[in-house]
Amino acid sequence: MIELSRVVKTYQAGLATPFTAVDDVSLRIPAGKVTVLKGPSGSGKTTLLTLIGCMARPTSGRIHLHGLPAGTLPQLTEGDALEITSLPERFLTAIRRRTFGFIFQQFNLVRGISVLENVMLPTYPTGEDHAWVEARAIERLGELGLLRHLHASVDRLSGGEAQRVAIARALINEPAVIIADEPTAHLDSRLSEDFMELMGQFKAAGKTLLITSHDPIVHGSPLADVVVEMRDGRIVAGS
Amino acid sequence: MRPSVQRYRNILDFALSSLLRRKGRNLALICVYTLVVFVIASLIFFVQALKREARELLVQAPDMVVQRMVAGRHDPMPVAQAETIRAIRGVEAVQPRLWGYYYDPVYGGNLTVMATDDTALAVESVWVGQGVARSMRVKEGDMISLRGYAGPMLFSIQKVLPEESELVSSDLILMSPQDVRSLFNLSEGLATDLAVQAGNPRELPTIAAKIVEQFPDARPILKSEILRTYEAIFDWRGGLMVVVLSSAILSFIIFAWDKATGLSAEERKEVGILKSIGWESADVLLLKFWEGSVVSLTAFLGGVLLAYVHVFFFSASLFEHALKGWSVLFPRYRLLPALDGYQLAVLFFLTVLPYTAATLVPIWRAATVDPDAAMRS
Repeated sequence: MIELSRVVKTYQAGLATPFTAVDDVSLRIPAGKVTVLKGPSGSGKTTLLTLIGCMARPTSGRIHLHGLPAGTLPQLTEGDALEITSLPERFLTAIRRRTFGFIFQQFNLVRGISVLENVMLPTYPTGEDHAWVEARAIERLGELGLLRHLHASVDRLSGGEAQRVAIARALINEPAVIIADEPTAHLDSRLSEDFMELMGQFKAAGKTLLITSHDPIVHGSPLADVVVEMRDGRIVAGS
Repeated sequence: MRPSVQRYRNILDFALSSLLRRKGRNLALICVYTLVVFVIASLIFFVQALKREARELLVQAPDMVVQRMVAGRHDPMPVAQAETIRAIRGVEAVQPRLWGYYYDPVYGGNLTVMATDDTALAVESVWVGQGVARSMRVKEGDMISLRGYAGPMLFSIQKVLPEESELVSSDLILMSPQDVRSLFNLSEGLATDLAVQAGNPRELPTIAAKIVEQFPDARPILKSEILRTYEAIFDWRGGLMVVVLSSAILSFIIFAWDKATGLSAEERKEVGILKSIGWESADVLLLKFWEGSVVSLTAFLGGVLLAYVHVFFFSASLFEHALKGWSVLFPRYRLLPALDGYQLAVLFFLTVLPYTAATLVPIWRAATVDPDAAMRS
C-alpha cells in the first residue's frame, strides 16, 4: 500500500512566481488494486505520479510505502513501511528501479535502438547477467506479441506496438507497482480497450496499478477499484 | 561475471551503440580531434627525435672547444697554445681544428668546410655531404670548383658522405688541412679552434677556468653547453610552432565545448528517460564518460599513429622546413623511430585533458536532470 499524507508540491518555491501543482493531498492506494486518477490537464495528476514514483520529492508532506520487498534497500525487511520523502537520490533510484514500472504518455522509448535493447535498458545499471536479462526481455515481449519485432528499431513501430514495448520495459524488473501516465492518450478506442485488458491481466497477477487518465475507457472501466478526481492540485472526489 | 563489472560492460555497450546512433556528429568530432592530436604529436615526436639525434651525435664530439676571441669576435688561434693547454692537469689531448664557412654565390648559402686528418682523403680531393651533392648535382668522381683566396681551386669528389649522417653533414665539405689553409688563406701557425679531451668530464669547468686564466682571449665551450644550445634551439622552434598552432588548438576546444554543450533536445530527453527508468546520475555520468573516452582515445591513438608515420616514415614532411632550418640546404634523413612514456603522457595531457575539461560541466548538467523531466516532455 502507498499512503500519502498532506503532500504539497510547489515549483519555483521562494521565487517570484511559485506554482503549487499538488496541494495538500492525502490518499491511500491499496495494494493489488487499480487506482485511477482522473481530472483535466493541469490538475496535478502527473505531478502526483512523479512524487509517488520517487522521481521527485514533495515540498512538504509524507509518502509511505508499505510492503516493499526485502533487499530493496539495505537493512529493509519484508513488510517494513518506508517514508520516502527524505531519502537521498540513490535510495530513491533503487526503490524506483525495483518497485515501480513506468508507462509514459509519449512511451519514451530510446530512438535508434532495437525493441529488445529498449526493454533491457532499465537493467543495465543493476549489473544483472546479460543472458538472463535478455531471456526475460524476450519472454515479456513474447507475452505481448512482439517477438517478430525483437530486433527492429523502435522508430518503425506503430503507436500500439510502441506502447506494448513500453509496457514490456516497465515489467522487466518485475515491479510490484505499475504507474501509467495517460496511457491511452495516443491510442484509438480498440487499442485502448486492448490496453485495459492487459491491465486486467496484471491486476490478476497481483500487481498494484496506478493510472492517470481522463479517458472514460479507463476511469469508467470495471477494472478500476478506486477512482480519484483531481482539480487544481487537490482531490475533489473519491479519496 | 560480477555485477559491478557487468554494470560497466552494459553501460559501455550502450555508450558504443549511442555513438553509432549519432555517427555523423561523432565522426566529425573524431576527425577534428585526431587532426589536433596529429599536429601536436608530430611536433613533440619531431623535436624530441632531433634532440635525441643531436645528443647521440655529440657523444663523439670533443669535451671542450677552445676558441680565441678578439674584440668579441671569433679569431683564428695560435696552434702553439695547444701545448700550454695540454700541460694543464686533467687534459688528456688537444687537437687543433681547421674549419670555416664557404659562401656559395650560386646557391646563395654557406657551406661548412672542415679539415680532416683521415689519410684516405687525398690532397685536392673532397668528401661532400648529401645536401651539397644534391644542390651542386655532383657525384663521386666529379670535379667541383671553389673560389679560394688565390683564385679558383678544383677538387675531385672522392666520396659522398652517407645518408645516416645527413642531419649534421648535409652542408659539409671535408678536405685535407693544407687545402683548407689554401682556400681560406690561413697561415701554418693558426687553427680555427682547439678540441680538448679531458680524462674526467667533471673536471672540465676547472680546466676551462685555468685556460681563461692563462689566455684571457680564450673562450672555452663545453659539450654540455653545445647540447643545451641545440636543445634550446629545437625547443624554441617547437614552441614557436605550438604558438602558431595554438589558435588551431583553441578552435578545437571551442568546437568540443560547442559539441558537448549543444546536447541536442533528443539527447537531453534520452537522459531524462534513462533516469526515469531507474538510472542514477552516476550511471548517466558513466555513460557519458565512456562516450567521451571512446572519442578521446580513438582520436588520441589515431593522431599518435598518424604522427608516428608522418615523423618517422615521411620525415615530418609537413613541418621540416620550419623545424630543421638548415639555412639553404635542407638535410634529407629519416629519424630513428622511438617513443617514450613521458612524451606520450605529455601529449595525453595536452590533448585529452582539455577536451575532458571542456566537456565535463555540460555533461554533469545533463546527467543531473530531474527524472521527472521525461514525464513532462
